[in-house]
Amino acid sequence: MKFGILVNEGPYTHEASDTAYQFAKAALAKGHEIYRVFFYHDGVNNGTRLTVPPQDERNIVKRWSDLAAQHKLDLVVCIAAAQRRGLMDAAEAKRHGKDADNIAPGFRISGLGQLIEAGIQADRLVVFGG
Amino acid sequence: MLHTVNKSPFDHNTFETCLKFARQGSAVLLIEDGVYAAAADTAVSKRVQEALKSVSIYALKPDVEARGMQNRVMDGVRLVDYGGFVDLVVEHNAVQSWL
Amino acid sequence: MAQETPDRVSKKFLYVNCKAPHGTIYALESLEVVLIGAAFEQDVSLAFVGDGVYQLTKGQDTKGIEMKNFSPTFRALEDYDVTKLYVEQEALQARGLTEADLVVPVEVVSAQRMAEIMESQDVILSF
Repeated sequence: MKFGILVNEGPYTHEASDTAYQFAKAALAKGHEIYRVFFYHDGVNNGTRLTVPPQDERNIVKRWSDLAAQHKLDLVVCIAAAQRRGLMDAAEAKRHGKDADNIAPGFRISGLGQLIEAGIQADRLVVFGG
Repeated sequence: MLHTVNKSPFDHNTFETCLKFARQGSAVLLIEDGVYAAAADTAVSKRVQEALKSVSIYALKPDVEARGMQNRVMDGVRLVDYGGFVDLVVEHNAVQSWL
Repeated sequence: MAQETPDRVSKKFLYVNCKAPHGTIYALESLEVVLIGAAFEQDVSLAFVGDGVYQLTKGQDTKGIEMKNFSPTFRALEDYDVTKLYVEQEALQARGLTEADLVVPVEVVSAQRMAEIMESQDVILSF
């Protein structure tokens, strides 16, 4: 089956991103396809490359980036939610006159239409939130 | 329909709301803090027993174990791992996450 | 449940609103999804349960908290062909509200009817 995943909360504060990651990993291990992982609300904060979690803790952002690289996953951060919360790629930073960008590898910024499309194209959409 | 509940039943009414809208024959998967509803001999255990007459109730094992509840799971609540979570999603037409 | 049309599949999308407005951003940002989603010509319904019914109350004046009052946007949903708004009857009653207190016409439904509506959906978005 093709899964769409929606992550509504940021890393660490809620377990949502963890559960979503474990679900995605398990689905891939079973031979399913992840059509897209969409990050909304504070979920966009899963896409910042500036986190430095304690050495003895899981690195949530890196884990997503690595899973994406390994399985060619489409990790999409909502542009509207990202703008509110200060998550930028280079193009967005330039567009808005910001002096830095912070998006992590494997993530891309796009519109809410990508979430709707995932709902349409995937066989199942699973929401993880706080 | 598969329903998921991620909040403790003692602090939030999410679990109760889920049960209100879960139709006969649906499945409820307790995840994250929601697994506390699976513990035996609590203030909600009777409610859970009653619900088991019409819906299947599962709890996510890694979350149960993380919270030290593995020896307290009530009869009738089935434990699943993340793979089992995936299987439940495949098995049901849609998923409703109660947050 | 999903209908094939010449251009694309049409699925039944349900947006479930359980949270009050302003105290958290979920209500506002979920409405933004509804508005964007409207362009995709799917079969859209909105469900308001629990505190979610508060999103629809009249008389919201957000000037003092310097936040956007987005409740009028619910009236504009009709222009986007989003007309199926279901409100949980018990939630209204528990909060001392009636349909007359809401900014937009809705269908007030029992828990059983709401459960039926939910069961029939293809994609359920909760926030």
